[in-house]
Amino acid sequence: MGRIWILVGERLALGVITLLVVSALIFVGVELLPGDLAQEILGQSATPETVAAFRHELGLDQPAIQRYFHWLLGAVQGDFGTSLANNRPISELLSVRLGNTLFLAAFAATVSIPLALTLGILAALYRNSIFDRLCNVVALIWVSLPEFFVAYVLILFLAVRVALFPSLSNIDPGMPFGELVYRSFLPALTLVLVVMAHMMRMTRAAIINVLASPYIEMARLKGMSRLRVILYHALPNALAPIINVVALNLAYLVVGVVVVEVVFVYPGLGQLFVDAVTHRDVMVVQSVGLLFAAAYILLNLIADVLSIVTNPRLMGERR
Amino acid sequence: MTRFFQTLKTAPYTAWFGMAVILLVAIIAILAPVIAPYGETAVVGEQYEPWSSQFLLGTDNLGRDMFSRLIYGTRNTVGLALLTTAIAFTVGSLLGIVAAVVGGMTDRLLSRIIDVIMAIPSLILALMLLTIVGASIASMVLVIALIYVAPVFRLARASAQSVVVMDYIQAARLRGEGLGWLVVREVLPNIASTLVAEFGLRFCFVFLFIAALSFLGLGIQPPTADWGSMLKENATLISFGDITPLLPAAAIAVLTVSINFVVDWMLHRSSGLKD
Repeated sequence: MGRIWILVGERLALGVITLLVVSALIFVGVELLPGDLAQEILGQSATPETVAAFRHELGLDQPAIQRYFHWLLGAVQGDFGTSLANNRPISELLSVRLGNTLFLAAFAATVSIPLALTLGILAALYRNSIFDRLCNVVALIWVSLPEFFVAYVLILFLAVRVALFPSLSNIDPGMPFGELVYRSFLPALTLVLVVMAHMMRMTRAAIINVLASPYIEMARLKGMSRLRVILYHALPNALAPIINVVALNLAYLVVGVVVVEVVFVYPGLGQLFVDAVTHRDVMVVQSVGLLFAAAYILLNLIADVLSIVTNPRLMGERR
Repeated sequence: MTRFFQTLKTAPYTAWFGMAVILLVAIIAILAPVIAPYGETAVVGEQYEPWSSQFLLGTDNLGRDMFSRLIYGTRNTVGLALLTTAIAFTVGSLLGIVAAVVGGMTDRLLSRIIDVIMAIPSLILALMLLTIVGASIASMVLVIALIYVAPVFRLARASAQSVVVMDYIQAARLRGEGLGWLVVREVLPNIASTLVAEFGLRFCFVFLFIAALSFLGLGIQPPTADWGSMLKENATLISFGDITPLLPAAAIAVLTVSINFVVDWMLHRSSGLKD
């Protein structure tokens, strides 16, 4: 067993602990809600007997620790309890929407990651040229734009002025793939534009950082072309920070979908989450929040593990 | 003072643009009641009137003057973002420095709490907290401030840790100075420049955050004018090809871009001076 696997194992254990702490925090947060949940749902006119019966139905008459483990075990098995707003099982609400959100995030990721990496490498290759400076300024502007601004500008120009794409993304998992892509094109494009700039800037910075090392000078003195130097010598050593940024942006996608889904009325988790927060449907907020947090922690974990695994210096010790 | 102006001269165009916009926004925010032709919440015409000499940018969904609301929105959105960032910085940097100075259990406990806050995506955490405390301006400010205490704490702790090992801190400790003196008089002045640069960056994030929350209907509540909720209230106009609802969003974009330009220049300058 090399040191590398111990490092990876440590990170995995830390990730699981973080997730447990976060889930406990989410649970306690809801516990802190002022007033009695059952009383609040049933209204002031409910008799004490109905409140007691309802509390029993929700399991609120059991001690908090017991309820927490019950909730957590249920959540792990895909059972999140029932929504307070419409009494339907939350897992039923979640499954379709989770698929939709994952589809949107995957769509945005498959377009933005290759594009951002290519642009970043090109910007590093033609450093300080007009192309590089243009990329830099555009990226800087783009990083500072709020998602909903990008979204509405796209709606205005690509859906209203020129009716290329629908401004509302009514999608249904039963639709053919082409139709899905067409309908979710604008929200995906918004996300692509929002995350691309950051990834491009970081790719460029990571490569340029490595380019200052002596072994790059050596490679260049051997007479290698600039592109070869970047692809074979700089890129592998810059991979760890780049992977980190890509994963961070994927994690950001998970959060960014919330606003974008609201703008395009896309039937995903984010939309559900905002609705639940507005109606204070705590059971749904709890479950969706846990899912979002889990996805975020998982992606950060993958980033850490990948940057350990791809580190050339640590790889040498694997033997 | 002359050195200050000499530095200004070397600023690139982007930084100049940024500084001009920030100055303009500050003036508009301070003089809002003087500049705005109508009151913040006064209903002065029909709903969705077009641009005219009477209503420069038309009226909104309730017949209020868009131009006036845009101006008052500057004050509300920017003011609240400043307040929130200030709270986050005061609490975060003090806690961070205390953690670095005291060390031991206090440091470990504070750091773990901050780790947990950082492990949850900020928008999700904010929305969950707002479910618990209910949406209002005060709860929004406190929730966002709490979330941004985390990154400020980390930065302050990391910078303070390199100061705490210095001899003069040792000397101050031997003199028997209290914790308050060590934190405020010995460590804080030495990490202030790092914190100031970070302030600009964090302000942008907080500002966008408030705008996004208001846009989702969970931040600044109507009838208070604010750039995020103005976009939400008038978004229907966009489907008729009207750009008016985009103006508040454009204002948000221009201000954040400007601050980023200035911060970028400042960071570039400080890193350039080092080598």
